[in-house]
Parts: sequence; structure tokens; C-alpha cells
Amino acid sequence: MERVKKGFFGSQQGLLFVIVGLFVIYPFLVSNYYIDVVFFFGIYALLGLSLNIVLGEVGLFDLGHAGFYAIGAYTTAILNTKLGIPILLLLPVSAIAAGLFAYIVCSPIIHLRGDYLCIVTIGMGEIVRLALINNPFDLTGGPNGVYGIDFPSFGGPFVVDSSIEYYFLIWVIVVLSIIGLIRLQRSRIGRAWNCIREDEVAAGASGIDVRYYKLLAFVIGAALAGVAGNIYASKLMAVSPESFSFWESCMLFCIVLIGGMGSIPGILIGAAFISLFPEIFRPFAMYRMLIFGLVMILMMMFRPGGVWPRKRGGAEFVSLLSRKRKKDA
Amino acid sequence: MPKGDLHITPTTVLETHGLTKIFGGLTAVNNFDATINKGEIFSLIGPNGAGKTTVFNVVTGIYKPEAGNVIFQGKDITGRKPHQIVSSGIARTFQNIRLFQNMTCLENIMAGQHCRAKAGVWSSIFSFSSQKKEERRIHEISESRIEQVGLERFRDELAKNIPYGSQRMLEIARALATEPALLVLDEPSSGLNAGETEVLMEFLKELIEKENLTILLIEHDMNVVMGISDKVAVMDEGKKIAEGNPDEIYNNPRVIEAYLGTEEEA
Repeated sequence: MERVKKGFFGSQQGLLFVIVGLFVIYPFLVSNYYIDVVFFFGIYALLGLSLNIVLGEVGLFDLGHAGFYAIGAYTTAILNTKLGIPILLLLPVSAIAAGLFAYIVCSPIIHLRGDYLCIVTIGMGEIVRLALINNPFDLTGGPNGVYGIDFPSFGGPFVVDSSIEYYFLIWVIVVLSIIGLIRLQRSRIGRAWNCIREDEVAAGASGIDVRYYKLLAFVIGAALAGVAGNIYASKLMAVSPESFSFWESCMLFCIVLIGGMGSIPGILIGAAFISLFPEIFRPFAMYRMLIFGLVMILMMMFRPGGVWPRKRGGAEFVSLLSRKRKKDA
Repeated sequence: MPKGDLHITPTTVLETHGLTKIFGGLTAVNNFDATINKGEIFSLIGPNGAGKTTVFNVVTGIYKPEAGNVIFQGKDITGRKPHQIVSSGIARTFQNIRLFQNMTCLENIMAGQHCRAKAGVWSSIFSFSSQKKEERRIHEISESRIEQVGLERFRDELAKNIPYGSQRMLEIARALATEPALLVLDEPSSGLNAGETEVLMEFLKELIEKENLTILLIEHDMNVVMGISDKVAVMDEGKKIAEGNPDEIYNNPRVIEAYLGTEEEA
């Protein structure tokens, strides 16, 4: 039994190296267009990971996640175009802005459960989008959005200005986020989140501050979405409200559901599906949504736990990245 | 367990004064007074709907009482949130087992240690040495608790997959992992067979002897109540109608009438 596990473990480690290797050499082999496709895969991976904290780890239905994404993107866009602050310095600023927004908006609604919370978050996402369209204080540029956003830099000679550099920028951030999130998953915080998802009352009765940890999940999730917004804004050099529609939130929701709630490798698979799918089916653009819907239905019927559900207690893909490996007794 | 005796321990662990809880027009608990002393097993019995579980829920912070207060180790804890009450030293189990179903047995117990640890977001993300040390401690304590209830073979099994009797013990282990001074058990023997109940009784007796604990119990199984209780209180329609040692309760005509019924033999 033990040997079987070890062999399995070893092969997964090998697989991980192969995947990382492929990601590193990929942009040197293909055209800029295909580099950008995988860049957007990275953006969706980051967004999927951020929603996974709220939806996957804590089980809170958040269908307004694009709102946090928008706050991050617009924070970067406005501060960069109006004040000329370098994009990479705005990275933490966008994260903090989105996190703070989540804290303020979610504080009064955090006690809501299930579908009630879901409805309120839909409303929140829509309010953000409509507010951006209405051009408050002449900051957001209304339906046209904000354009003329710089390339990412710290203000010095280091500037990210080619597809290949963007590609590495986003994937380095994704990898760092994954490492951070795995550590969180393995900490008392990750366990507290999962306990709340499993049984809120029992979590409270076991000494977990349910309200605090729910809010914490929203704040961290929003902050990570804000980071994605920052990179996205500078990549497109423009942001407009239509990029942050309800549909975008639905896509993120699908990433988590397809991949498997709380499973980091699952989220990557889900993000790959959502971002690469339209490219693969470009010739059949008309039937894209039809096929997409069909896939979702089949998924829910045959693999309701997601493509790669999180396994507990045994060997896990993600356990490779964490230093503290579970003792396999 | 590594809990130092930090506070001055008065002989009274828990007191309730005039506890009243009203749901709509129904007074579920009416002016309930009780005093539980350190090291005793205090049982709360009564017919279904007498308000026993409501008393538990008020004591553990799940409900806020309309009147009265709960004094735990000399401090008024009335109306505090459940997690604060757990940190102050009261741990509970539920009548219908509430485990974290899709987490492993060990993780369930580790959840109990949550309130005794303090690593925050940053120290967890950057895995500071203080956080690692704390995680190791949580692991050690949880491992010792899982051994104590004899479930180490289910260590990495999901909680929902283990047998019912083991789930009960796991829930008790989770409560113990919070390092409580008062353990509140809501019908721990329900759904257990005679053999399992016997094991449970032995376990609880041993617990009282070995650890610095007091137990408050709701129980329907009279063998358990009479077998292990130091004191028994009887509730009916939200009121306490009798209190005393098991023998006194067993022979109290009011109790027999209210709880056992006039005709029926227990």
C-alpha cells in the first residue's frame, strides 16, 4: 500500500516538472498570439484561484466576483493615467483597494447563507459595473472606460512591454499565489475555512470565529482578483465596464465548479478550459455556447465534484509544493 | 493536557441564574437555576421538549437568553458568541452529530485546537517558524486525542465514512481538543448499542478522573444517568422540577410522574 502511494507520488512530481518545463519553453516556440492566449489563461487562473478562496474553501456563493476584479483594474487605470504611478507599484495598491472594498461591502451581508448571499453578490457586481458606466467624479470614463494605461514597470528601466514578458509576469504571480494559497490551505486558517463550509454551527462550537474567517476569505479573494485586474488593465492598456459583466462572474464560477471546489490543480484545469475553449472552438463560434452549456450539464451529471476534486489525507498534487508534507504513516 | 491552571478555580464551575429563553409564544426555558461544581458529572434529564437542549444552546452561546445569566468560572459569559465561549473553556457536542463530514478525522480534531493557536494570514503564507512550531503542537495534541478515543486507525479517513459510534467519539475528541474546563455533551449515548454505551461510560468516568474537567450531560439512557452522574437535575416544560443525587431523583414521585409517566415503568 505504502509503496503504491510512493510510486504515485513520484510520478506526480515528475508530471509537475514536465508541466513547469512546458510552461517555460512554450512562449519561445509559438507566435505572440498564442502567447497571449496562455497569458489570458494565467489571468483566469488567478481569478479562479481568488474565487476559489471564497467559493471553494468557505463555500460562500459569490456571483459578483467580477466586481472585485473591476475595482482592481480601475484602481490601476485611474491612478496610472491621472497620477502617472507605475503599474507594478500599483499592484499592491489595487489588491488593497479591492480587499478594502470587499471588507466594506461584505461586512453587513456576511451572515447571509447560500442563495441569499448569492443574490446579494450578484447585486454588488452589477452595482460596481453600473457605477463605472455612470462615470462618478469623471474618473471612470463612463462606457468608454479608461485608456492609455502604461506597461508594467516600477518606474525604472525595467519595463514589461512584450507578450513574452507579460506571459512570465502573470505566471510568476500565479505560481507565487499558488504557493501562498497551498500554505494557507494547510494552516489553521485553511482548516477553519473548510470547517465553516462543512458546518457553520459546529465550526462556531469548535471555537472558530465564523464571521471573521468568512470576511477574511472575501478580503483575500478580492485582493487577489484586484491583482489580476492590475495586470489585465495594463495588458489591454484600457479598461471598460463591459469587461466586468455578470457573465464574467459566471465564467469564474464555472472555473471553480468545473475544476473542483477547493482544489488548486482543479482550478488550473477549469481556467484552462474556460480560456482555451473559445480559441479551440473559434471555427465553430456560432455553436460555442451550445457546446459549452452541454459540457457544463454533462459535468454536473457525471462529475459533480469537478474534474480534479481535492483529496484529503492521502497523497495530493498540491502537497508537492508545500514544505510540510503529510507524514504518510 | 498542557493547559496551565491560569485562573483561580472556584469550586463552582458553572452557574445559571434565572435563565429564560422564549421562542415566539413558547417559553422553552423558564427561570432555570443550576450550579455545577468542579469535577462532577451533572446530568440534565426530562421528557422530550422539556428544554434541555435549549439550556445547552444558551450556555454555549448559540442562543441568547431573554433573561438571566450564565456565570462560568466566576465570569459572566451571557450572550457571548459561541467561539468566545469555547475559548473561555466550554466545549460541546451535538445531539445529532455535527462533524466536518468531508474532512479527515484528524482534521476534525485539529479544528478543536484552532482557538488555542494564533497564527495569522502572513505567518501562515510565509510559514514563519512560530507558525510551524504551532502547527506541530496542534498535530501532536490532535494525535494524542485521536489515540485517547481509540480512532487512530481512522486518522486519514473522512469523518462521514466512519461508523456511527466512532463519529460520536470523534465529536467528543474534537470538543476535548479545545482544552475545555467544562464539557457539555448532548445525548452522547443516543444511537449507540449497549456495548458502545458501556465503553462511553467508562471513557467519561476516566476523563473526570484524569483530566481537570467537569461534565454537563443531557441523557435519555437511565442506566447512563444513574451510573455515572454525581448530580441530576430534572426539567419539565422549561422548568427545573427536581435536583439531587441519582438515588434521590430515582425515588422522587414528581420526577416519576413527569418524566417516566404515571403508568409506564422505566
